[in-house]
Amino acid sequence: MAKRVLVIEDEPNITEAISFILSRDGWTVHTHADGASAADRVRRAPPDLVILDIMLPGRSGLDILRDLRASPETAAVPVMMLTARGQSRDRDLALSLGADRFMTKPFSNAEVLENVRTLVAG
Amino acid sequence: MITFNLLVFFALLYVAFLFTVAFLAERRAARGRTAWLRSPLIYTLSLSIYCTAWTFYGAVGYAARSGLEYLTIYLGPSLVMFGWWGILRKLVRVGRAQRITSIADLISSRFGKSTGLGVLVTLIAIAAATPYIALQLQSIALSFAVFTGAEGEEGGFWATAFWSAVGLTLFTVLFGTRNLDVNERHHGVVMAIAVEAVVKLAALLAVGLFVVWGIGGGVQATLARIDASPIAHWDQSAGRWLGLTFLAGAAFLCLPRMFQVLVVENAEERHLATASWAFPLYVMLMSLFVVPIAVMGLERLPGTNPDLFVLTLPLAENREGIALLAFLGGFSSATSMVIVATIALATMVSNHIVVPIWLRSRSPGAQMSGDVRAVVLIARRLSIGGVLALGYVYFRFSGGGAALAAIGLISFVGAAQVLPALLGGLFWRGATRAGAATGLIVGASLWAWCLFLPSLGGVIPAGVMADGPFGLVWLRPEALFGIAGLDPLLHAILWSLLLNAGTFVTVSLCTFPTPMERLQGAQFVNVFQHSSAARALHAGAAQAEDLLIMAQRIVGAAEAQDFFQAAAVAQGKHGYLPDVTPDFIAALERELAGSVGAATAHAMMAQLTQGATVSVEDLIAVADEAAQIMEYSARLEAKSAEQERTARALREANDKLTRLGVQKDSFLSQISHELRTPMTSIRAFSEILREGGAEPDAVRRYAGIIEEETQRLTRLLDDLLDLSVLENGQGKLDMREGSLQRVIDRAVAAAGGRPGDPLVIQRREAAEAVPVFTDLDRLAQVFINLIANARKYCDAEQPVLQVRVRRRGSGAIEIDFADNGSGIAPEDQNLIFEKFSRAGDQSRAGGAGLGLAICREIMDRLGGSIAYLPGQGGAAFRVVLPARAARAA
Repeated sequence: MAKRVLVIEDEPNITEAISFILSRDGWTVHTHADGASAADRVRRAPPDLVILDIMLPGRSGLDILRDLRASPETAAVPVMMLTARGQSRDRDLALSLGADRFMTKPFSNAEVLENVRTLVAG
Repeated sequence: MITFNLLVFFALLYVAFLFTVAFLAERRAARGRTAWLRSPLIYTLSLSIYCTAWTFYGAVGYAARSGLEYLTIYLGPSLVMFGWWGILRKLVRVGRAQRITSIADLISSRFGKSTGLGVLVTLIAIAAATPYIALQLQSIALSFAVFTGAEGEEGGFWATAFWSAVGLTLFTVLFGTRNLDVNERHHGVVMAIAVEAVVKLAALLAVGLFVVWGIGGGVQATLARIDASPIAHWDQSAGRWLGLTFLAGAAFLCLPRMFQVLVVENAEERHLATASWAFPLYVMLMSLFVVPIAVMGLERLPGTNPDLFVLTLPLAENREGIALLAFLGGFSSATSMVIVATIALATMVSNHIVVPIWLRSRSPGAQMSGDVRAVVLIARRLSIGGVLALGYVYFRFSGGGAALAAIGLISFVGAAQVLPALLGGLFWRGATRAGAATGLIVGASLWAWCLFLPSLGGVIPAGVMADGPFGLVWLRPEALFGIAGLDPLLHAILWSLLLNAGTFVTVSLCTFPTPMERLQGAQFVNVFQHSSAARALHAGAAQAEDLLIMAQRIVGAAEAQDFFQAAAVAQGKHGYLPDVTPDFIAALERELAGSVGAATAHAMMAQLTQGATVSVEDLIAVADEAAQIMEYSARLEAKSAEQERTARALREANDKLTRLGVQKDSFLSQISHELRTPMTSIRAFSEILREGGAEPDAVRRYAGIIEEETQRLTRLLDDLLDLSVLENGQGKLDMREGSLQRVIDRAVAAAGGRPGDPLVIQRREAAEAVPVFTDLDRLAQVFINLIANARKYCDAEQPVLQVRVRRRGSGAIEIDFADNGSGIAPEDQNLIFEKFSRAGDQSRAGGAGLGLAICREIMDRLGGSIAYLPGQGGAAFRVVLPARAARAA
């Protein structure tokens, strides 16, 4: 059965690009654009991987990450963070909050695939 | 023979002429051209409302009945004017410094902004003015009757008076209550009155010249005739001369209508200097021919009403032209008095009775939800009708029989009751509210008992007049305390004013003034030392925005906004919201007092500042200091105020810097985000396309996305470049002539929403039809930004954006964009024009936060401004184009 990836990102073009890359590689991709309801969405049906943007409407990606790690049913779900702000402070903060990977936009498609494969294969 | 209808036609023609004069004057004033309207000459002429129909017709009758005594009526005011430096100058200064609207307002304001005193003075003024208004109606009706030879017809007589009252009500409502002028000034009415002053003087002089040279056979013959007449041999009583001169002077100061023209309509203090000789000159000319006319009337028309000699003499000689002029002169005298008196009284009734009751009837917690202006205007219009109706009722009730002069004097004594409180208030810090109130009540009661009620024949039974009420002989209306044999008028003046002043002083000495009374007392008595320093309410919980909302409802949006902006600038702040300092509250209260009176303004402010009153600190500040300490502390105060201002400016700058520092960090990550986001899509889809294998449809779509994101990047870079060009003052402006409406059309089209976008844009095309000379493209860019912002941020369920265009008096054009959303939080209002700042919820924003910064730079370059306009309900921005950008249509 195909592994499931949830992409939480508010820019529709970026969501579409990631979906295309991962679908072509055989993953089942779900998308979600709103920050406020994102943690609930993950909790209801925990995927095999969450790709999470930091700047989201309603609730920051870092807060969502904290929620996920604090809740037992989602604490173990691998999370890969995305950011366009490119400040090292964000990276440190994300990793200390329990993110598994951190990618700065723009990224290459190969980079995305490699990271996803590493995180879920384990 | 001039028929009744022809006479009505002439009267209406004259009224139409006055309408035109008043209308033109108002229009000039609205355009800001007031220099000519506000000359010392117009001021002096407007004072001539002192000369009413009583003077015009009655003076001749007075001379025929009592000889030269009529001169006292002119002597009193002339003395007051000659001595203007003493009392009038102070009265005018206080009136302006405290923004006093009426004599009732002055007394109320002086004695601690007391509502009760305001009501008391208003009631006395109405009671005193009623006979006087009746007198004017009577004189109009009489003159009509004489002219048309219809003296016997009762019905026609009353009907003339009735329709005159209706007509005067309409005129006064139209020009006296057009707007709640900031300072209660009425340019149109004053101008009309000045014209009437000229007409009545010309008319009386014409009749006089006709009598002396036309009938009398020259100066010598007339003088000989006067020597032979009974007038030359009339016994003059020194007591009556003194008493009447004093009474006329007192009335001149205290009559509500005189206060209106002397103080309220006064544009500049130095006009008093001109009026001090010009007004006595005017009344001298008015009185020049009184005796010749009276003598000739007694000789040629014995047994007829001497009050009407001015009309009957020319008529008897078949000189209808002169008679018609005399008729118009009398008509002028009557109408000008009634118009100003009703305006003054209506202001008092609405400010001191109606609005306080209306305020009190509302639950204390409720804020100003209704439109105060509408309430005040309606109250004023109804009051005008009410005052004239009272005058008409008195006229019917008193039978209209008494001599004109007698009725006028009754009014004078009533009005003069305010004199002790007025003078005491201006010159004696020890005067108290209780003293003023008891003095007024005692004086007014005595006046009513000794003079007013007896004048209404039959109200006081003959038995009471002869033996006193309940057999109490010492209470006989015309012989109080057993002092009989005195002239009834002199008797009433003596007792009412003596006991009034006596009680006022005694009670003042026995009572202790409240802190508020002391504050006001110091400001009135020492008005020349400190015309500005005033302390009153403390900031309390009042927020600048709440105060602005209230002020807009009272003095009007534009005036309130200008006032707040000026206050903010004086404090070294931008925008429309100054800090709510005690100074600011005091200034605002005075501003409001100009529209609704001191007591009401104070009550309104107290409601918003949560009932804060004067503190012990304020009390100490105004307690009796020695002059030296006063001066010293004044200097200290000025210094510390200066320091406070500097400190506030520094604090503000520091706050801004701190916030900007935070903003700069967040900008860097913001700009990074704005650049990287489109680049991410471009890179990802380029790689996908290069790898190949996608469906042809998908390939087209992905290429489209790449194109779209590239455009987004370009836009961002354009904005950044645009801003930096504007900031460095580079780049040429393309100044062109164009239509503001076209620019707004373009902006609305360019900022058009996607189909289904709910934002409704409301415009008033008529107001937009203004030619402008500016950089039309840049102006459109500003408008596009504002419309796009409303589209993005207005969070109302049915979002509406109103575009309002208004031309200011200075010629500048204001364009307001106001939506109905939840607006911008006060702490963000000063920040939104900074680069890369975005108020509130950042994630809703679509741009990089450069739009308003660019708008501000553009408006700076165009010589105008853009600012956030608080207190409009939603988010509102005001764009101002400078006067030279507005081309006269």
